[in-house]
Amino acid sequence: MSSRFERYALLLTLPAGIMVLALYALPILQVLSLSLTEGKGAWANYSQLFTSRAVAKVVGTTLNVSLLTTAITLVVAYVIAFGMIHMTARSRRIALLMVSIPFWISVLVRAFAWITILRSQGVLNGALMGLGVISQPLELVYNRLGVTIGMVHYMVPFAVLLLYANLTDIDRRIVQAARSLGARPLTVFLKVWLPLSAPGLGVAALFVLVFSLGFLVTPALLGGGKTLMIAEYISVQISTTRRWDLATALSTALLIVVGLLIALALRSPTMRAAFGGGRR
Amino acid sequence: MGFLVIDQLTMTYGQVTALDDVSLTVKEGEFITLLGPSGSGKTTLLMSIAGFNRPTAGEIVFDGRQITGLEPEDRDFGLVFQGYALFPHLSVADNVAFPLRVRKWDKARIRARVAEMLDLVGLAHLAGRKPRQLSGGQQQRVALARALAFGPRVLLLDEPLSALDRMLRETMQQELRRLHRETGVTFLYVTHDQQEALTLSDRIAVFNKGRIVECDTAQRLFRAPKTRFVAEFLGENNFVTGTRQGGRWTGLGTGFVLPPDRDLPEDRSAATLWLRPGDIALGPAGAGEIGFQAVVEDVIFAGTSSGLHLRLPTGEPLVASVAAEISAAEITGKTLAFHARPGAVGVIPEGA
Ligand SMILES: Nc1ncnc2c1ncn2[C@@H]1O[C@H](COP(=O)(O)OP(=O)(O)OP(=O)(O)O)[C@@H](O)[C@H]1O
Ligand SMILES: [Mg+2]
Repeated sequence: MSSRFERYALLLTLPAGIMVLALYALPILQVLSLSLTEGKGAWANYSQLFTSRAVAKVVGTTLNVSLLTTAITLVVAYVIAFGMIHMTARSRRIALLMVSIPFWISVLVRAFAWITILRSQGVLNGALMGLGVISQPLELVYNRLGVTIGMVHYMVPFAVLLLYANLTDIDRRIVQAARSLGARPLTVFLKVWLPLSAPGLGVAALFVLVFSLGFLVTPALLGGGKTLMIAEYISVQISTTRRWDLATALSTALLIVVGLLIALALRSPTMRAAFGGGRR
Repeated sequence: MGFLVIDQLTMTYGQVTALDDVSLTVKEGEFITLLGPSGSGKTTLLMSIAGFNRPTAGEIVFDGRQITGLEPEDRDFGLVFQGYALFPHLSVADNVAFPLRVRKWDKARIRARVAEMLDLVGLAHLAGRKPRQLSGGQQQRVALARALAFGPRVLLLDEPLSALDRMLRETMQQELRRLHRETGVTFLYVTHDQQEALTLSDRIAVFNKGRIVECDTAQRLFRAPKTRFVAEFLGENNFVTGTRQGGRWTGLGTGFVLPPDRDLPEDRSAATLWLRPGDIALGPAGAGEIGFQAVVEDVIFAGTSSGLHLRLPTGEPLVASVAAEISAAEITGKTLAFHARPGAVGVIPEGA
């Protein structure tokens, strides 16, 4: 059972707890209560989520872009993290630094940077046309492609760090054992690395997906108003069309979906292991 | 031509020389132990044989074939680690089946072989468990079964028992001897536990600072070490300086004669003499024995025996191991007579 110190140690988290309660839980509760009382009442507010074609389109786009972002991010991040754990200590330090550089740059700046690169008179199209590879500029931005590029770019460093931590934890002697038993590189990867990093991949996937579902700035700028995702749609409902009923109901629904996702994921034993507790 | 020949192997990590011109010839079916203090290069040699280390210089020849540059997966040696390194996501049976699946054996043959291997290590009833549901000793047995499953001709073991408690370690030692006997596989065994090495091995290669100091049977290393390092490292030992004049030695008492096969070449006159604590007895010397006087400074009870901490008239310390019935209070501080057989005294020429 918990010792005296452990009981009092809980007090150390009190300030943070109060902050979370005041700045996070209360506003959320307010959103929840608004979603039940605004407009024509709870039933009308929530049922319109299922009847409105606009909402259906936005949810579809959001799911589509988020899942794509998650898939691409995981592949890219896994390759980088896998490379990093095989580097010499020196190169690894440099690589870690490079991975964390994006954290210092505002998401706004990064979105604008992508616009300058991807737009039709942008750096990339200019270079490709200059080289004669294409004659017409490619449509790289103000669509799903642009949004996905921007979101993947935002999410990759997080995923790299999560996967890197997980891969470093894997006992390298297990890998050596596999090789000594005659397994060639591809088999070692598929039968050892991949299963042993499943918990890390699960956590990273959940993290990226949850993050992506609520993305605001990147889709708003790189989507150019044409690729509308949930967060931007909610923000438009609140600040432009003043549809508080729809905005709060949609917000609450998103929150519930994300909560369910996490709860569902935590049911899997590998995920529980990754979130602490049952270490092998 | 030896079965497994390590020829002038050198391996450096930056400034550190982990292996320094190591040569060793292993016979087929032998149980050979690499014994030495921490950091002496045992693991480095084992992992070079396994293929995970690239030696800086030298060669490894197996069964007449150069394998120095071969990848680990192409060597077909079994490997057992200190931490077992089982696949945590696979059941016991799947762990053992791993090397067989990799080799694309057919299903029926794999099933039969896994059953046979689990029988061999006495774990048939735990085939479906995951490694984390096993005790340390059971995990080690799975690791052994897995490493032997594909029929390697050499099994490399790096301190496989060091994570186990003493009782279990002794049981596993018997188990290893039995596995070695029953499979006929050549065992290369790393340990820094000298008792383990003495118990298990046909031959022991004693390591120090990246070199093999001596390599011989346990008995010969214990009874007739050629170097001070081995005399000191294997078992307890006492060292005193000895001088010879006219064929007679001075050091432990005076004027004693050593057996000719022990003695120094004619032209030398000084050496380090060694004498194991258990070979020193209390009481005056009989005919042909070596007698000497020493002060008893301390008596340390150690169960079946007591250690007497002695000091010779020359000022050199000495430990004698005698029956525990002796009364500490009666002899502490006294000068007493001790004796030893000349055959128990060893001679190490200066500089060895
Ligand atoms: N990867 C490495 N990088 C640098 N130095 C190393 C490395 N591995 C081993 N060494 C050094 O090489 C020497 C021999 O190490 P080795 O692991 O072979 O010793 P050992 O005899 O197995 O010791 P122990 O009984 O502690 O396991 C040591 O000085 C060690 O510090
Ligand atoms: Mg070692």
